[in-house]
Amino acid sequence: MTEQALVDFRANFAKALNDKQLRRNLTKAMDSLRLKRKAVFADKEALERLRSVGNAIRRRSLSKLPELLEKLEKKCTENGIQVHWAETKAEANQVFLDIIRRHQASRVIKGKSMVSEETHLNHFLEEQGVEVLETDLGEYIIQLDHETPSHIIVPAIHKNRDQIAHLFHEKIPDTPYTEVIEELNAIARKTLRQKFFAGEIGVSGVNFAVAETGTLCLVENEGNGRMCTTVPPVHIAIMGLEKVVEKLEDVPPLLRLLTGSATGQMITTYFNMITSPRKPGEKDGPREVHLVILDNGRSNILADPELRQTLQCIRCGACLNHCPVYTRLGGHAYGYVYPGPIGSILTPQLEGLQNAGTMAFASTLCGACAEVCPVKIPLTDILRLLRNKSYDTQDSPTAVEGHGYKKNVSEDLAWKGWTAMNTHPAFNTLSTRMLGLIGVHLPRVGPLKGWTSVRTAPKFAKKSLHQLAKERGLSDE
Amino acid sequence: MSSARERVFANLHAAMQRGGFKVPETGTPLPLTLSRQERIDRLKTLMENMHTEVYVVKADDWLNVLKELLRQRSLNGLVYGPGTPLAAALEPSWENDLPPLIPYNEEIEQFKDRLFAIDAGITTTRGGIAETGALILWPDAREPRLLSLVPAVHIALLQADTIYNTFAEAMNSERWQEGMPTNALLISGPSKTADIELVLTFGVHGPKELIVLIVD
Ligand code: SF4
Repeated sequence: MTEQALVDFRANFAKALNDKQLRRNLTKAMDSLRLKRKAVFADKEALERLRSVGNAIRRRSLSKLPELLEKLEKKCTENGIQVHWAETKAEANQVFLDIIRRHQASRVIKGKSMVSEETHLNHFLEEQGVEVLETDLGEYIIQLDHETPSHIIVPAIHKNRDQIAHLFHEKIPDTPYTEVIEELNAIARKTLRQKFFAGEIGVSGVNFAVAETGTLCLVENEGNGRMCTTVPPVHIAIMGLEKVVEKLEDVPPLLRLLTGSATGQMITTYFNMITSPRKPGEKDGPREVHLVILDNGRSNILADPELRQTLQCIRCGACLNHCPVYTRLGGHAYGYVYPGPIGSILTPQLEGLQNAGTMAFASTLCGACAEVCPVKIPLTDILRLLRNKSYDTQDSPTAVEGHGYKKNVSEDLAWKGWTAMNTHPAFNTLSTRMLGLIGVHLPRVGPLKGWTSVRTAPKFAKKSLHQLAKERGLSDE
Repeated sequence: MSSARERVFANLHAAMQRGGFKVPETGTPLPLTLSRQERIDRLKTLMENMHTEVYVVKADDWLNVLKELLRQRSLNGLVYGPGTPLAAALEPSWENDLPPLIPYNEEIEQFKDRLFAIDAGITTTRGGIAETGALILWPDAREPRLLSLVPAVHIALLQADTIYNTFAEAMNSERWQEGMPTNALLISGPSKTADIELVLTFGVHGPKELIVLIVD
């Protein structure tokens, strides 16, 4: 079930495309992210080898998923981390609320987590009267403006410094107007320091969870993630159940792939590996660590041998940065939490094709995403598969929710006509001749209008290739 | 009604029944084998690129270099973890013109006010990684986690002999999988962000400066 009204993609796309400021901000940022990635992976041979390793690690993890999750749970529990399971978003949010209530806490500080965006955790907790503060600079910026992330790695990338300067000046008390980026950072540092100091519950995501040792790994640059997972007395981490890897030695290659693909960094400033709450004698760190493991449709995705590759994703965002559609629209136009190519394959599977299936069509199938994906997810193949399933009314054990939603009589008829036209020579000759005569007038009306309203309509030749060939005396062979 | 755990596992097991899992050999990334000097140089260069100050110092000289660096800055204090060899070197030799040496000797609940007000912190490290340029820290009861995070200046002592080629080499040769600490960290520079227009700026929530003394 979807929680939101059906997204009006057409309107969203038109709006985004006409937003010149957004287009400028995005172009600049995406160009730069692509160049940085290219620079850090300059050695093609090394990169391909690393991608194969990454792909194998993720496939191996998924091939033993239930076993690894049990092992993770066992190891974490032995280490003193309390593990909670959630089949749905609502269950996950309730786990948070119960822990927060038990500690009579009201101030939550949060590191970046896309899964918590997926469950709309902030909104849920705020309705319950809990203050939730995003502490990653990008997340902090968009939270001030009541927005959602427009990118899974750089959430405020749609905004430029002027917009942020105005926002800080208006929303943070006693803040002078400045467009100097260093000063804007300093304002955020000062404001958030007090929050780290006073936070009662720290929340984080998880980049990799290691079954072998029961270790939660977090990748970050700012230090806010370490603050959230170290200063408050309670830390709650949330992960999608696909995030588990088998062994500790699986981590270094994935880490290289993640930071290189995401921001063109060899490594982030911090790689934070958490294996237990504060032990006796230790002087800091949370006294309680909780891990919430969320399904929310992932176990269904695992069933289909093709679609399950979606779960290999390490959320690096490279497919967004390289996507000609994303780089022109930004993330908000997609209308769901995960935008870009990964969003377009994941969301229809999580939310049902009938709700989010249009996302699978928001792609030119150019293949750039699959070419850069560090774990070699064949994104275009999956997009195509989901498009097919949108028309496939047959039920099967691995059917995606909402499959066949697009099947309709007029399209069926059109394709039947197309088939007939191209398989019967007489029809074919007749129709190409007709097109040559009246084709110029065709696209201005009917369903093709959408295409020609923003593009120059093609001019049909008076004579078809078939005719021309015949006139020159070429044989049919 | 069954528990969320039961429902999730029932779904997972049903999915596994569909089979069709193809798992390629994992393979290994291209190896990296550098000499001791190359490892030091590479770590230094990469960390300097990330705005870290790195000094390669002799074993009998690091304390002097440290004091000199501290004298150049006006710092209100240097917090450290008592009970380490580092502490044993610092404590007896501290001089009055240096920022006062403050032991992190209470639990954070009592120490928080002070910790958040001290300018600098110093820690040992467990090792380094040449490939990507990073320090390895395993904070413990003596050297707490926040020492390397809360003060605006973090000074770290790194023994040149403990610089590995790669992260994988470090964890494999030290057999990390046999027992992970509460918290293990890799640190490659002062805290930074590029969240505004992708402009890289240093010193967001963690330290604004990272100073590494490589003891050779
Ligand atoms: S699909 Fe691949 S490229 Fe896209 S976010 Fe996931 S791992 Fe990165």
